[in-house]
Amino acid sequence: MTVIIQNVGKIFESLSRDPVIALDDISLEIKKGEFICILGPSGCGKTTLLRMIAGLEIATSGAILVEDKPVIGPDPRLAMIFQEYSLYPWRTIRANVAFSLQMRGMAKEERNAVADRFIRLVGLDGFADSYPYELSGGMRQRVAVARALATDPAVLLMDEPFGALDARTRNRMQKELLEIWDNTKKTVVFVTHSVDEAVYLADRVIVLSSRPGRLAGIYDVEFPRPRDRTSVEFASLRRDVLKLIDQLEESQ
Amino acid sequence: MKWYLKVLPPFFLLLAWEIASIIINNPFILPTPTSVAAVLLTPTADILGSGSIINNALLSVWRVILGFGLAVLCAVPAGIIIGRYRTIDELVNPLIQLFRPIPPLAWVPLALAWFKIGLASIVFIIFIGSFFPVLINTIDGVRRVNRTWIETALIYGAKGWKLLVYVMIPAAAPAIWTGLRVGFGVAWMCVVAAEMLPGTNSGIGYLIMYSYNWGQVQVIIAGMIVIGIIGIGADLLFRSVEKRKFQWQEMNR
Repeated sequence: MTVIIQNVGKIFESLSRDPVIALDDISLEIKKGEFICILGPSGCGKTTLLRMIAGLEIATSGAILVEDKPVIGPDPRLAMIFQEYSLYPWRTIRANVAFSLQMRGMAKEERNAVADRFIRLVGLDGFADSYPYELSGGMRQRVAVARALATDPAVLLMDEPFGALDARTRNRMQKELLEIWDNTKKTVVFVTHSVDEAVYLADRVIVLSSRPGRLAGIYDVEFPRPRDRTSVEFASLRRDVLKLIDQLEESQ
Repeated sequence: MKWYLKVLPPFFLLLAWEIASIIINNPFILPTPTSVAAVLLTPTADILGSGSIINNALLSVWRVILGFGLAVLCAVPAGIIIGRYRTIDELVNPLIQLFRPIPPLAWVPLALAWFKIGLASIVFIIFIGSFFPVLINTIDGVRRVNRTWIETALIYGAKGWKLLVYVMIPAAAPAIWTGLRVGFGVAWMCVVAAEMLPGTNSGIGYLIMYSYNWGQVQVIIAGMIVIGIIGIGADLLFRSVEKRKFQWQEMNR
């Protein structure tokens, strides 16, 4: 198992209000190379769960293990891709992708060579010397993917990475992400609020309920990729997941 | 806008000045533009034994560089620390708020008491004047660094000084630079005011005050124009660097 989440809970304490239980008793095991999507109504704590795996938040109870070692803070085994604005605008694309390698003290020529390889992998050859503001939203997210892959992490964490893109770019990015995932065999944990996106991408779809966030459903998506959004099986699974989310939202 | 439209207002100002000086007909109140131009066109000529306009102006610039440079050396590191650490911010913020509204010139008597008349007091006044704009902008710039940039840095292994050097400072650089530009403008105003203090005997501020004592109003006006030109020049210099180095600021998002 690459990621083991054991009875994890998170309570946000606040001086002015009652404590908020964001997540309650979540347990989950993620296999190596698996593509997991976490889905749920807004405010269900899916981003909090992802941030805890990334070591950006500390669980109030339970434990998170990555490759059998607990996560106690930001960690080179975990790379995170945010929704937007995570690239450094004063750095070129190459320098952005090479950032983590530079922090590890890798020599300039070596890290630039690695960066160029990943820039090519995400299809941005020729843009290495450009700056983020010269790129479109979709291209910037590809840079973020390249930067994450350059660290050679065990797990790729993605927090609604395509949420700010238009529908067409979003569909293309999903396809490309699957190709990259196929090439690199990384474990991916992908948070989204789009049922369609989750069913299109994931090996397993995890649905969380909100306040407190609990595991509400797990769906194995067994039909092969590339998936046809218009197929009967796709539609029926999407309907099932949507129904569960609607129920969760109503019971709130 | 066409360039010839832009030169119209200054042209009319000159014209009005010319007419007014003819009507008033008293060079001790309003000299003609030509007599001022004559002073400006011979910037190296000695004026009443006090040195030339250009030498006095350069001396003022040098004083500003000393006072402003000292202020930058203190205010930027202090601002980074205050912006970075909340506790320090809470501790020193009341002091900053207390000292900031005191005009630099209100420090003059104290400066004279501490440093006597001379370079040290002038530099001190300039220091006080430019310290706060630089400090405030630096604090603000560091505090406003995008949280995602910091978290990205943490995830990719930047901690401590690396986080500071590779993320916090470049991210805050545009705000710090704005602080420098504003601070330099204040410093330039302070030097001229400080040089008008009794007992000073050099600098562009001194020169125009001295010219007043001798009724040389055309030198006063010429000196004021030089002060304005140097001020604009410095501001343009700061802005051009800003435009080249920090263009990501406007285009990002």
